[in-house]
Amino acid sequence: MADVGFVADFSGALFWEEQSLLVVSDLHLEKGSSFASRGVLLPPYDTVATLSRLAAVIARHDPRQVIALGDSFHDREAHARLSDGDREALAALQMRRNWIWIAGNHDPALPSSLGGVVATEVAIGPIVFRHEPTGAAGEIAGHLHPKARVPTRGRSIERRCFASDGERAVMPAFGAYTGGLSIRDAAFARIFGSPGFMAHVLGDNRVHAFAASRCY
Amino acid sequence: MPLGPNDTPYPSPQPSPARGEGALPAIAAEPRKTFVSTGRSVRRSSGLHTLYISPLKALAVDIARNLETPVAEMGLPIKVETRTGDTPVSRRQRQRRYPPDILLTTPEQLALLLASDDAPFLFSSLKRIVLDELHALVTSKRGDLLSLGLARLWTIAPQARAIGLSATVAEPEQLARFLVPQPGGASVSADVVTAGGAAPPVVEMLDTRERLPWSGHSARHALPEVYELIKRNKTTLVFVNTRSQAEMLFQDLWRMNDDGLAIALHHGSLDVAQRRKVEDAMAAGKLRGVVCTSSLDLGVDWGDVDLVINIGAPKGSSRLMQRIGRANHRFDEASRAVLVPANRFEVLECAVAIDAIAENAQDTPPLRLGALDVLAQHVLGCACGKPFLSDELYDEVRTAAPYASLSRTDFDDVVDFVATGGYALKTYERFARIKQDKQGRWRVTNPKVRQSYRLNVGTIVEETMLKVRLVRSRAGGHGSTGAIARGGRMLGEIEEVFIEGLVPGDTFVFGGEVVRYEALVEDQVYVSRANDKDAKVPSYMGGKFPLSTYLAERVRRLLDNSRAWKALPDQVHDWLSLQRKFSRVPAVRELLVETFPRGGSHYLVCYPFEGRLAHQTLGMLLTRRLERARARPLGFVANEYALAVWGVGDLSFMIRTGKLDLNALFDPDMLGDDLEAWLAESALMKRTFRNCAIISGLIARRFTDEEKSRRQVLFSTDLIYDVLRKHQADHVLLRAARSDAATGLLDLRRLSDMLSRIYGRITHKDLDHVSPLAVPALLEIGRESVYGEASDELLAEAAEELVREATT
Repeated sequence: MADVGFVADFSGALFWEEQSLLVVSDLHLEKGSSFASRGVLLPPYDTVATLSRLAAVIARHDPRQVIALGDSFHDREAHARLSDGDREALAALQMRRNWIWIAGNHDPALPSSLGGVVATEVAIGPIVFRHEPTGAAGEIAGHLHPKARVPTRGRSIERRCFASDGERAVMPAFGAYTGGLSIRDAAFARIFGSPGFMAHVLGDNRVHAFAASRCY
Repeated sequence: MPLGPNDTPYPSPQPSPARGEGALPAIAAEPRKTFVSTGRSVRRSSGLHTLYISPLKALAVDIARNLETPVAEMGLPIKVETRTGDTPVSRRQRQRRYPPDILLTTPEQLALLLASDDAPFLFSSLKRIVLDELHALVTSKRGDLLSLGLARLWTIAPQARAIGLSATVAEPEQLARFLVPQPGGASVSADVVTAGGAAPPVVEMLDTRERLPWSGHSARHALPEVYELIKRNKTTLVFVNTRSQAEMLFQDLWRMNDDGLAIALHHGSLDVAQRRKVEDAMAAGKLRGVVCTSSLDLGVDWGDVDLVINIGAPKGSSRLMQRIGRANHRFDEASRAVLVPANRFEVLECAVAIDAIAENAQDTPPLRLGALDVLAQHVLGCACGKPFLSDELYDEVRTAAPYASLSRTDFDDVVDFVATGGYALKTYERFARIKQDKQGRWRVTNPKVRQSYRLNVGTIVEETMLKVRLVRSRAGGHGSTGAIARGGRMLGEIEEVFIEGLVPGDTFVFGGEVVRYEALVEDQVYVSRANDKDAKVPSYMGGKFPLSTYLAERVRRLLDNSRAWKALPDQVHDWLSLQRKFSRVPAVRELLVETFPRGGSHYLVCYPFEGRLAHQTLGMLLTRRLERARARPLGFVANEYALAVWGVGDLSFMIRTGKLDLNALFDPDMLGDDLEAWLAESALMKRTFRNCAIISGLIARRFTDEEKSRRQVLFSTDLIYDVLRKHQADHVLLRAARSDAATGLLDLRRLSDMLSRIYGRITHKDLDHVSPLAVPALLEIGRESVYGEASDELLAEAAEELVREATT
């Protein structure tokens, strides 16, 4: 994208090798406890599940820098509800790494006690990282949780995906409890203008590319 | 004595007065049975005296109407009222303060009434509880909920006696346990009263002049004959097993309807208004035929039906008797029915079903063990009423027959689940839905919990349904992305799972016509009228109910007894004789396995006769094992009788040379690790879990307006399943889902029984080509979806296909 080569990891992370930069979006940590406070007692294991998947992809690429592309926490108080164990696991991932929290609509303000730095957006070379997509060229964003349904022999398969037209990209949500929005939704048409973009669909151990017009 | 519309003397069931326990009259005819029971149960008028519960609200309303007339005619001081989901709020409130003498209602409404402070006031005077169509209730989670409601009633009104009514029960003694409080340890039953004397039904199989199809479920070959039958009778009910079959049959009948007979369509996913119209026309005697599904198995008597036609497999003898009972409600005259098998295997099934009916052999499934998700709903309901003590509620719950053997651990886990989710990680104490007071009594922590319980009571989890609207086809047709006109005439509703399998441009039959799938926008499916004669997607999703174990056993015995084949139609007789000549006809206890090459692939076909669901599960597990044995399986297809697996590896050669051991392949140990590994991925298991999550109250399906205004109220239970399975595999909801899998979509219990039955009794036939018995299964390939959970390979294959398309 914009003459930069990215690796779309099947976990839903994006890796920029030259910069040793790993990007993940929409972790929605503590979504379970957020629902619980409203009476929906979801299993309280989503944060540990998300962090252990994050640990696995970090171990695979061993990046020097990590960007969490916004909505890292499900609500404004979510960071305060992290268990001691999850807090330690997060600190271990941040050790010896540049860690950037991009502010999202769910987590517009994060305390410094979380480690890392907080920013509204980050530009590296021709690329801008921000939470909500604007459709600008060179933009990598999250927020929309793209998913695609792919017709295959006998049945169709629905998975999270990256959406990109080579000029801009929307990343899949990484969190264990994050749902998705079909890439055929009007929100994607607004960003990409035409349906001529690709869906990079997350498989079990690789990413599969489809024209978005073939998915639904 | 109150009697029904005609004056046939009716044999009154006499509950044994000696013990005064509940009674279960197993009565062979439908119409006025409820009269007798409720009519004689009322003696005085102070407070609620009789509670009548039926599985259908329409039935409750119908019975109420039939009771009100004689009560009014005789000037009895008895107030009869119904309470269903449709009852206005004002009347519900009045019923609580001034209860009628007789209240007719449903299990869900009973649960709601019990979950309130005034339940003791309302029910303390109760004398009689009448449970109608009990066989239809007890085999589902609704029965579990009802049993827990009964347990509550026995505490509030120890003097109350329950009477169950059922026309079709396999084991009345078992069902009778449902009607009396179980004392813990021992088992007690109500008295069984059998009303005899009904004329046996006259059932025959259509002896078609046409060629009998090898496979398929449409019975198209016999439609002219079916049409003739409709023409020769006054009013005919034509039963089929699935919605899509009903659609296809209706369409085909209309095409040949040169006489312009009034034929209508009735199934559960049609628009309610349209269904009411059909029912009214039927009651007014304006219809000559109605094509319908099990939506009419039970219930209201309307119209004067003189013939029942059952298209396709009967599935079970009790089910069939229930359907046949829809015809002719005069007690002393025989009901008439014609069975129309759609293929050769179904001929066998029809033949044994007719024998079973002649012997009046019932095959309703045995009583269930009470489900833990239903118990969770009940526990929350109890806490919404008066606060309860765990010890007392545990004892009360065990008086309900399905929960008689409930362990204290399971009970405590359920209470813990209701309170804080039941997680090993105790972080939700401050969000508890119920809490204990100083005396240890559990009570609801806030009114929102009560509100949510009321909105979500019940155990019927419907498939997510989408509204189908008819619009004009957009220009460009397939693959176009242009906007489509919104609005459009509403045709009815369709299951989301079905639509998920379609690609825009696919055609299917709905509302009696062939339509083209255009687009899905939110919960609306847009379709346009297609001019195609046939739909591209056959959408036969299989019946909801598998072939009963009882009929399956009889089919196996019929196969094993070649002298009995003579009674079968010639075409079927010849088919079986050919099978005996070229391969082998399976004996009662053995499993026949055939292997043969065909068109570059190698096939393995086996004949367990255990129903599609169990065969699907077996297919999943067998392909995993064949993969490990390097037989490189490619897919499988299952029907009610057989399972066919095919692959690249030469299975015959592998078996011959000992590389593949059939006894090891079918070893019951496949229900261990292989099953575990598959369950992690299985879409069927995820659906099973979703039902448990909804029934238990973990996830709500109906919301208050305040909740609706906040976005993100919906949550995918698949995500919960994945996380919970990994982090707390023994959670009470996963236990509930597993026990559902035993009998539900995966039918594990039946598979496990089959594997033990055939262990060491496998007969292998190494054939050069396909056998006559295997043809029907092979014909389903391509027509049925091919099952397989290796989604990554499918994705890769789809991606490569696109590359090929783009580069050539």
